[in-house]
Formats: sequence, C-alpha cells, structure tokens
Amino acid sequence: MLRYTLLRILGAIPTLLLVIALAFLMVHAAPGGPFDDERVLPAEVAANIEAAYHLDDSLPKQFLDYMSGLLQGDLGPSYRYVDYSVAELIGLAFPYSLRLGVMAMALALIVGVGAGTIAALKQDTALDRIVMGFSMTGISIPVFVIAPVLALLFAVKLQWLPAGWSGAEGAGRYVLPVVTLALPQVAYLARLTRASMIDVLGRDFIRAARAQGLGMATVVRVHALRPAMLPVLSYLGPAIAAILTGSVVVEEIFGIPGLGQFFVRGALNRDYTLVLGIVVFYAALIVALNLVVDILYAVLDPRVRYR
Amino acid sequence: MSRTIRIAGFILLCVAAAAIVGPWFSPHDYLTTDFGGPLLPPSAADARYFGTDDLGRDLFVRTMTGVRVTLVVALVASLVSLVIGVAYGATAGFVGGRVDAVMMRFVDTLYALPFIFLVILLMVAFERNFLLIFVAIGAINWLDMARIVRGQTLSLREQEFVQAAQLIGVGTFGIIRRHIAPNLVGIVVVYLTLTIPQAILVESFLSFLGLGVQEPQTSLGSLVNGGVAQMEAAPWLLLIPAALLALILMAFNFLGDGLRDYFDARKSS
Repeated sequence: MLRYTLLRILGAIPTLLLVIALAFLMVHAAPGGPFDDERVLPAEVAANIEAAYHLDDSLPKQFLDYMSGLLQGDLGPSYRYVDYSVAELIGLAFPYSLRLGVMAMALALIVGVGAGTIAALKQDTALDRIVMGFSMTGISIPVFVIAPVLALLFAVKLQWLPAGWSGAEGAGRYVLPVVTLALPQVAYLARLTRASMIDVLGRDFIRAARAQGLGMATVVRVHALRPAMLPVLSYLGPAIAAILTGSVVVEEIFGIPGLGQFFVRGALNRDYTLVLGIVVFYAALIVALNLVVDILYAVLDPRVRYR
Repeated sequence: MSRTIRIAGFILLCVAAAAIVGPWFSPHDYLTTDFGGPLLPPSAADARYFGTDDLGRDLFVRTMTGVRVTLVVALVASLVSLVIGVAYGATAGFVGGRVDAVMMRFVDTLYALPFIFLVILLMVAFERNFLLIFVAIGAINWLDMARIVRGQTLSLREQEFVQAAQLIGVGTFGIIRRHIAPNLVGIVVVYLTLTIPQAILVESFLSFLGLGVQEPQTSLGSLVNGGVAQMEAAPWLLLIPAALLALILMAFNFLGDGLRDYFDARKSS
C-alpha cells in the first residue's frame, strides 16, 4: 500500500509540472505585454514597469524565478489589483469556492447515489424511467443554463430565495448556487450508480446472500454497495473538475466573491499573473484530489495495488 | 434503428434546417438595431417571432445565427478531435509495446489537466479568434477518442486478415489506412456524436463568459449570457436560447446513446 501510494505521488509530479509549464508558456507567448494599453506609455516608464515585474529577464530565468517562488507559495504580484499578491487574492476568494464545492459535492453524492440505487432496485418500472429521464435531462443542460433559469423561477418569480449574494443573509443564499452546481453531478452519479448496481446485483455472491435469507435492504447495504461504488469513485476525479469549472459560472451569475469570479475578472482584465496563479492552483488541487481518489480506490479494491 | 435514434436525429435535422433557412424568412437581420422597439415580447406582428433584445435586435434571427455558429464550431472542433484521436489511438494500438505504453501514459497525464482553464488562458493570451476556438476545443476532446480507438485497434491487430496483410508485405501505415481504419468507423461515429455535445458545451461556456464568440457575432452561449442580464424585464431573451441549447445537447446525447446501444446489440448478436 505504501509503495502504491508513493508511486502515485511520483506519477502526479510530471502532470503538475506539465500544466505549470504549459500555462506559463501560454501567458508569456501572448502577443503584446500585460501593460500594453490604448494609452501609450513613455518608453522610460514602460521600461521601468517591465524591470519592476522582471519582464525584461530572459524567459528561462523568468520561469525558474516563478518556479522557485511557487515552491515557497509565492505566485507573484497581481498586475491589476495593485498591492495584492496573487496568493493573497486566492486566500481571500478560495474559502467561498471551497464551501460551495464541498456542499455541492456532498449533495450530489447523497442524492445521486441514492436515486441510482433506487432506480437499480426498481429496474424497468415507471420510477426507474422517471429517474433516468431526469438524469439524461440533467446531463444535457449546462450549468450556465440551469443557474439563470432557477434564479428566474425561485428568486424573481416566486421570490422564495435570494438571487444574488450581496444583500442576502443566512443560509438561504447558498441554496440556489449549491443546487445548481450539484444538479449535473446528481444526474451523472445516478446513471453511473444505477448501471454498476444492476451489474453487481446480478452476481453470484448476491444470489448466495439472498439464498441465505437476507432481506434486500441488508444485501444492498452490506454486500452490494461497496463493489458498486467503484465506478462512482473513479468518476469523482472528473466530478471534482466539473464542479470547479461550474463554480466559475455559478459565482459569476450569483455574484459570489469566490475564486471563479476572480478568474473570470482576471481573464477579462488580462491580469496574467492572477489567471496563471489560479490555473496553477486549480491544477494542483485537481491533481491532489485525483491522488486521494486513486488511493481510496486502492483501499476499497485491494486488487488495484498489485497491478 | 431504435425510436430514440430516429427522434433525436429528426430533431437535430429540424434544428439545423431551421438555422440554415430560418433567417431567410425574416425581414430582419442579426445586427440592425431598432430604436423603436427594444425588448419587444415575441409576437407575429412585424415578424418578431422571438421578440427583440435590449438593443432592439431581432432575437429570432440572432438565435438562428447563434445556432449556426454553435453547430459549425462543434462540427469543426469534433473533426479536429476525430483526426487527432484516431491517428493517435490507431498508431498506439497498432505499434503496441513500449511505444503504446508511453503514448497512453501521456494521454493519462493529459487527462488530469484542467483543460478548460488552459483554454481560457489561451483565450486571454491571444486575441480571441474563431479559428483558435475550434482548435482549442478539438485539442481537448481527442483523449476519449484516442483511448477507444486504441482499444479497438489492439483487438483488430490480432485478426487473421491483418496478419495476412502483414505477410504479403503491406507497410504499417498501409495496414492502418486500408485495414484498421475502415473497421473503426462504427465506434468512431458513436463517439463522434458524443464528442459534439461536449464541444458545444465548451464553446457556449466560453461565449457565456464573454471569452468566445465576440459581438456582434453571436452563439447560443453569448445569447444566454445576454438573456441573464435582462431576465427580469424580458425572460424570453433567456428562455428561448437556453431551451434551444438544451434541446440540441439533449438530442445529441440521446443520439449517441442510441447509436452505442445499436452497435453493441449488433456486435453481440
């Protein structure tokens, strides 16, 4: 197990380096500098700014400086939010995104796995078809369509919940963003759980357990759930990435001051260091969480360790 | 062919036909502003079938041109991913051995990348142009295709007709082109129909954030974005493009699912 874990960690390092290098090169290959504006700066001023941000160094040196800063948790200064470092901005914004993401993921897991299991147990009944129909719809409708439609319905028309973040108080303001973010994942997880549960329920050891006289509920809980969760677990990596991406849209629509909103603002303002820093941060987060999923997988299914 | 395939295909044909032909049946165009009538609700009067947006532009024609842009981006991006994915997967699967291991390890590495963020970075760094969107979306979507094609090629390689071709001295490239590729068509078509909605999603996501198609050009994503800004005063600006986008995505997903079942059933029978 230790060997497996160490190998996985070693395997994750090149991935991370690749993202950082790609992202860094993209930003620096950009035509025009970050401070090019409609108003042309005097040559001396431009040179001073470039020197202050070390933009006059050679590209390899800039990359090495960036990497050494990165290892110390320094992502450089923001080009637009003067006096803020990128790390400080991420520190300010990330807690909102984290809270949102964790709640959405929990909701998606509970509802998705629950609905999928029920659909599998009631296979080919009307209930099954309703769950699957809903889940196909959920997969097909993008987050940036669900979010405004829910806001229009529940906030503007019915006025049950606040539509925006600012001015709203309490837990109510989390409801719409979390539900929006969770819905597509609920749909995926329900489909995935149903398919794998049907597969597991057809195996011999389930029939043996039933033949011993165990009730269906016990069989599912004790024998079927764990093997049926393996495909769900391997989907968690992509699900995490999807929730981070969705969070960008949800934060933008509901006006939540999270990382996604900073990312979009940074992208539109051409705040290169901020955008680069957030990409690197997201990449590290995704790679780390994928690592956790891989290790959990090996815990649940010991065969994986010896492959 | 199941009923799902036929219904989904029919819906897609209707939407595509409406997008191509629709604007000809309207006296308006997609960028003329009408100061007499911003935010007109949908009505048959004056041929404002979907109403007008906040600048008085005709939403029917804008939506139809948006569908055109969305479909073209999706098709071209899917073709890019098709070419890269099939070439990469077939090569890895056919050559096999250490080359295959290295090539697939590389795909695994790419899988873990937060691609959508890199695409956004690309859009920020370079001026947003149409071609770049195609290429960027195609460049993210080839991974699944490469994996599927590789798996299929691995099993095809062991078949007698491939060994026969090797025996009479056909080169590697010739075998891939003449003997492997034609046998991949079925599975590639299935995954292509599932790649298209993903490409549509990425394009509309970028356009929604204002990083994709630029005004006055439009796509379904940027129309939804415009609709969000006006949703209290004029909900149809949001609901019509959103419903159309959902319809297209759903039809493609059902089509892909149906085709996969169809090919699976044919293979096992």
